[in-house]
Amino acid sequence: MEAIFAFSTGLLTAAGIFLSLRGRSFPVVVGITLLSYAVNLFLFSSGRLTLNGAAVLGTSETYTDPVPQALVLTAIVIGFAMTAFVLILAMRSRADLGNDHVDGRLSIEPEEKKK
Amino acid sequence: MIQQHLPLLPVVFPLIVGALLLLPPLTNSLIKQRNLTLVASLTLIVLGVWMVQLASQDSIQLYYLGDWKPPFGILFVVDRISALMVLLSSILMLGALLYATAGDDRTGMFFYPLFLFQIAGINGAFLTGDLFNLFVFFEVLLIASYSLLIHGGGKQRTQAAMHYVILNLVGSAFFLFALGILYGTLGTLNMADMAARIHHLHLDEQALVKAGGLLLLVVFGLKSALLPLHFWLPRTYSSASAPVAALFAIMTKVGVYSILRVHTLIFGPEAGDLANLIQPWLWPMSLLTLTLGAIGALASPGLKMLASNLIIISVGTLLLAAAIATPQAIAAALYYLVHSTLIAGALFLLADAIGEQRGKPGDRFVAARQVQQPVLLGGAFFIAALSLAGMPPFSGFVGKLMLLQASSAPHLASWVWPVLLISSLAAIIALTRAGTSLFWRSSGKNSATQPAHILKLSGVWLLLLCSPLMVIFAGSITEYTHLASEQLFNIQPTIELILQQGAN
Repeated sequence: MEAIFAFSTGLLTAAGIFLSLRGRSFPVVVGITLLSYAVNLFLFSSGRLTLNGAAVLGTSETYTDPVPQALVLTAIVIGFAMTAFVLILAMRSRADLGNDHVDGRLSIEPEEKKK
Repeated sequence: MIQQHLPLLPVVFPLIVGALLLLPPLTNSLIKQRNLTLVASLTLIVLGVWMVQLASQDSIQLYYLGDWKPPFGILFVVDRISALMVLLSSILMLGALLYATAGDDRTGMFFYPLFLFQIAGINGAFLTGDLFNLFVFFEVLLIASYSLLIHGGGKQRTQAAMHYVILNLVGSAFFLFALGILYGTLGTLNMADMAARIHHLHLDEQALVKAGGLLLLVVFGLKSALLPLHFWLPRTYSSASAPVAALFAIMTKVGVYSILRVHTLIFGPEAGDLANLIQPWLWPMSLLTLTLGAIGALASPGLKMLASNLIIISVGTLLLAAAIATPQAIAAALYYLVHSTLIAGALFLLADAIGEQRGKPGDRFVAARQVQQPVLLGGAFFIAALSLAGMPPFSGFVGKLMLLQASSAPHLASWVWPVLLISSLAAIIALTRAGTSLFWRSSGKNSATQPAHILKLSGVWLLLLCSPLMVIFAGSITEYTHLASEQLFNIQPTIELILQQGAN
């Protein structure tokens, strides 16, 4: 279980970082979303992985650390709000600047191409 | 009663007022919003003064949220540094607000609520004693700052906001990775508890904690614009509207404060094998930040860009003091931090006021119409420039002198002095060029524009007057900052106080 968990966290992080380094705003937003998924999984695992463990006392034989679960909840909420914001901002920038590049301009301007 | 809840008030009070401003009787009337926000900011200054007064009696005030005792609950800590930072943020807020009430608040929706939410986030980041709570307050201040940055609209702001938001989102992800690593190894997020437990690590866990501590440096370095992570700053700050840019002057200081707090308390000189974790990184980076800020200042095409680059210089100076990491250097840095925040805020406001009177070229250094109020604005610029460049008789001189004294040991001086002095020279040259081209290279009389609004001028002058005041009261302020930095470095009593309270 640990190996699969670690592998998927690593894969999500790698994909997230790769996408957030792209030039267009949509892949960047998707990349940030993947990165925040990876972060959530990672935070969850910081309390060690436990099978069939409850976070509340007196309900099961084995227990799991409740703090990372609370942290993950907070991180999910914040990450969700931030993703919504950056999505709206990306659409606004597409409308204001006329293209969806994160710099607001394409690397080769059409005029320069002609020259 | 109020004193008991004082540590929480600088966070909760602006949040409540900000929420009230969104409700019907207030949300439709800009006049009422202005008045209430100004009253709120005066109240915050009173709270800040009160906190500083309590802190200067050498007592650390603790506040447990929900009465959950540390290390389990979240706690707020008011010591000398955090009290000073809260007072600083409220003074800067008043200056920026006075400027905004003259008309900049009309250009977009919800200016005042966002402003108050940002202040709540900033104060929370200064006061919290819990690392995850610090992350939460970072997000509060960031999401308010995203919206404030695009306040007023326009292509440039959208473009700058895009970079700023994406960079900070990636920064937040790194922050959470660091928190996950540190919680997984140390088993706690209470800063005092972390500092106590860092001695009991296994050897194989030390590498992980080290990675976590350095990841935190990356995050705080991004907030404070440390060298390879500073590229967002000049464009963001110079494209924001004036009162927002003035408020942003304290945002980089939140990063510097976090570095001082976290990397002194947890990874400081007493952290055993992980002692002084970031010093080897901070040394070259802060020196290069200073150098690059100086080059940027010389190359700036306009006054707002110049002010942004001067902020990078001040961040370099502050982090240089953090790299020296002696109580004396930190005391100098705290004095310099207060000075540079207030004056940089004033310079952003001033740049906007000057730009408005020069017509189309704005604050760019080209020939334009004469400024209508050369004495008032020119005088203000003169004080701001002398103060930022570190010339006597203003506060920048005192701050830099203290820092030079703190680094007078030969092995330090050979690195610190040349970079610090040459960057000051670069600042003088850049500011001189700015002044001469803004006020003297005029093409034709000014007839069309209005004189600056009295509230705008009062905002600028309020912040500028702090500079001579900081010189007049330099004795008591430096005494306070010296005691504050001793308190910061003398971590054992703090840890014992926090953890013993929890045991009771």
